[in-house]
Amino acid sequence: MPPVRTIWKAGLRRSHPRAVMLASGLLWVVSDVRAAAAFDMREGVTEISRRVQALHHLSFAVCVVVGIIVFGAMFYSAFAHRRSRRPEPAHFHDNKRLEVLWTLIPTCILIGMAIPATATLIEIEDNSDADLTVLITGSQWKWHYQYVDAGFGYYSNFNIPRGQIDNLQAKSAHYPLEADRPLVLPTNKKVRFLTTSRDVIHSWWVPDFAVKQDAVPGFINEAWTRIDKPGVYRGQCAELCGKDHAYMPVVVDVRPEAQFDRWLSTQKQALALASQEAVAARNKQWSMAELLPRGEDVFVKHCATCHQTTGLGQAGKYPALSGSPIVTGKIEDHLNRVMNGKAGTEMQAWAPQLSDLELAAVITYERNSWANRTGDVIQPLTVYQAR
Amino acid sequence: MHAHAQSEIHRHPLIAFVARWLLTTNHKEIGTLYLWLSFLLFFIAGGMAMLIRAELFEPGIQLLHPEFYNQMVTLHGLVMVFGAVMPAFVGLANWMIPIMIGAPDMALPRINNFSFWLLPFAFAMLLSSLFMEGGAPNFGWTFYAPLSTTYGPPSTDYFVFGVHLMGISSVLGAINIIVTILNLRAPGMTLMKMPLFVWTWLITAFLLIMAMPVLAAAVTMVLTDRHFGTSFFAAAGGGDPVMFQHIFWFFGHPEVYIMILPGFGIASQIIPTFARKPLFGYRSMVYATAAIAFLSFIVWGHHMFATGMPLAVELFFMYATMAIAIPTGVKVFNWVATMWQGSLTFETPMLFALGFVMMFTIGGFSGLMLALVPADFQYQDTFFVVAHFHYVLYPGAIFGTMAAVYYWLPKWTGHRYDERLGKIHFWLATIGVNLTFFPMHFSGLAGMPRRVVDYSLQFADFNRISSIGAALLGLTQLLFLYIVIKTIRGGEKASDRVWEGARGLEWTIPSPAPHHTFETPPALARVLDAQPTPAEPAGAGAGATLR
Repeated sequence: MPPVRTIWKAGLRRSHPRAVMLASGLLWVVSDVRAAAAFDMREGVTEISRRVQALHHLSFAVCVVVGIIVFGAMFYSAFAHRRSRRPEPAHFHDNKRLEVLWTLIPTCILIGMAIPATATLIEIEDNSDADLTVLITGSQWKWHYQYVDAGFGYYSNFNIPRGQIDNLQAKSAHYPLEADRPLVLPTNKKVRFLTTSRDVIHSWWVPDFAVKQDAVPGFINEAWTRIDKPGVYRGQCAELCGKDHAYMPVVVDVRPEAQFDRWLSTQKQALALASQEAVAARNKQWSMAELLPRGEDVFVKHCATCHQTTGLGQAGKYPALSGSPIVTGKIEDHLNRVMNGKAGTEMQAWAPQLSDLELAAVITYERNSWANRTGDVIQPLTVYQAR
Repeated sequence: MHAHAQSEIHRHPLIAFVARWLLTTNHKEIGTLYLWLSFLLFFIAGGMAMLIRAELFEPGIQLLHPEFYNQMVTLHGLVMVFGAVMPAFVGLANWMIPIMIGAPDMALPRINNFSFWLLPFAFAMLLSSLFMEGGAPNFGWTFYAPLSTTYGPPSTDYFVFGVHLMGISSVLGAINIIVTILNLRAPGMTLMKMPLFVWTWLITAFLLIMAMPVLAAAVTMVLTDRHFGTSFFAAAGGGDPVMFQHIFWFFGHPEVYIMILPGFGIASQIIPTFARKPLFGYRSMVYATAAIAFLSFIVWGHHMFATGMPLAVELFFMYATMAIAIPTGVKVFNWVATMWQGSLTFETPMLFALGFVMMFTIGGFSGLMLALVPADFQYQDTFFVVAHFHYVLYPGAIFGTMAAVYYWLPKWTGHRYDERLGKIHFWLATIGVNLTFFPMHFSGLAGMPRRVVDYSLQFADFNRISSIGAALLGLTQLLFLYIVIKTIRGGEKASDRVWEGARGLEWTIPSPAPHHTFETPPALARVLDAQPTPAEPAGAGAGATLR
């Protein structure tokens, strides 16, 4: 069993006693070497995350020491005071001095833990003097990042093929924490996060920054970070937010300042380009053959998680689109439902999330797929006018 | 379960059977009903847990659709909390409190009947939601708004009514217990002579009366937000989703102690028996329980550190939460001191009680770590939290219940249980609990959020271990069921005292306990003699020292 031996050695090499203990205890089920490495809170890449980890280690150590004393006394007593060794029990049932002592000592230990915790917390809650502000908006089940000062933003969607979830193809290395567009941040800048939500409560979490902040609909919360090291850092939504809670990754691409500035300016250019393309798309007459494959892409990415690739939805929960009165009925009702969503359900408003072309394509696709044979071709211009 | 002289001999046996259990006002029979219902729901909710663990055996989706997975997570929590743990403790209270205080029955026998019979209907209503269009509630047992209000499935309304019934049942049960303890104690049974189990239940009952109406308010607001146009929890109408969490956890944290205080009482009954030595620090045990109960009402915010609370509020809740460690520590130290220099034997109840003390303490340790706000930002909503509360609930509340069942089963049935099987049950359950829940600390620290149907490859190994442990743990409880049934059906005849080191009025009556006990109050001498700490002049205990 080579993997087992590797872990054993890896544990020894790091000379981490817990790793050795763990590996030896769990030999029979352990198969993945990387997995055995991750069992402690990570150090992370910010000063705060390191202080949080130190606090975690301090409290853990206190618990281990107290545990050894208390459980040691229990085991000693269970061994030394068992009836076969001590047929006659003692009869004491009180000791004032002892009881005062074991009230006071824990109090002192707790105060000793509260001091560093308080100091770190005061630091964490100081949201002032940020260099950059990002507004993070959660919705089922994606994040939107708005660079408040630069005045642009985009959605970050879950980006794992369905086949990997259903175990039909091999899972990628960072499964299931892949997003189509990561949040890009600079190093060594105080970045302020404002979090909010469009539907239910989500929680934006990146363990490497020790930042976890709930995104509450109708309210804005604050948090901040200052990242030391460039790299890609992953986290995910931490508050149960419905069906695809597990598939709401947070991916942050941290770049050195100069590279970040370059990225920011290319984003602005791309934005200008996209609006030119939108105008061009609007002025063009699209055929069904052009729209259907684009529509299918949009459908698979955004719609199929509820309505299913079969268009049959899920009984009692997500309506079928195949044969649906809205999808096969008046085009304007269909447009309205897709663009504005249905209040109080997971059917969200797609108008702010998709381009005219994407909306036209997906609606065309829905009206001409499965049992639907309307023959309607929706033009981006129609969508534009409906906005 | 025990001999019952049926007077109505003309009725059809089935009708007589139904009538007996449906109309009973006898505290022992109602206690039995509570315990069996709790046992049944324990298996149902446990089956759900095993489904959850089976899905989490590997990354990817194997067995459960995410939507159904969330329903399992929700119902597992609700049924375990309100269906398994709470009714088990109420059942034990029903059976034992009147006997332990020398009362003929509960003070309000018809209310007692009513509060039990609400429960089967409440859970039938809750579980029937599984078969409804749109499925069962899927928002977690904490039913945070707006996931439960605007976005909840239609069955949410059944959940609301189910919770209302459970709440009414709990409050009635709690009132009954308080009235019984305060009014029906035998002469000489002063408050400070009551067995610890009675004390912890008295305090638990007050917690129930204060906490359950708050839960009722929360579900009512959810209902009116859903159907009657209110906006308690919707910002668009001037409400606040976070206010829901404040209300829920104002109930939820006392609820945590409702599920553990009777366990403290059970451990405090059992450890002295098998140490053959009086409980150490009886008074400080009572005061510590009261202190924990008080603190439980001012720490709810520690469930909500990531919701965006101001610094001062976070500091308050952190300090208040850390303070709970002090009275809890006193209790643990007292149990260890009770063992110290005793004459210990390790029958099954003792094993479960010691397992309770040790593993509950592990859950206490992680609770202390969770209190530290900066670290909580990392722990919050991860499997570290799942590990924490399962350590206080499974080896805490559930091991406590099992210890109590083994301890008193001979008194209930008149038969000794199979000691060898009992010990096998304990060791398998202990291995299962630790195999299931210990690795969750690691996957949580490594960054695995809770309530996810799927997870990163890096957490695969710990999840696999947890799933294997869960399978073992679940199957082990079938052995428990077998042992209980076997004991009911026969076995070595139990003596009145059952355990040679046992003290208390329940051991002065025959085994099995007759249908009616203490129809006239026991004599003063019998009460005093049976008390946990031997009668002695006031203050004499204070001078005793460790030898």
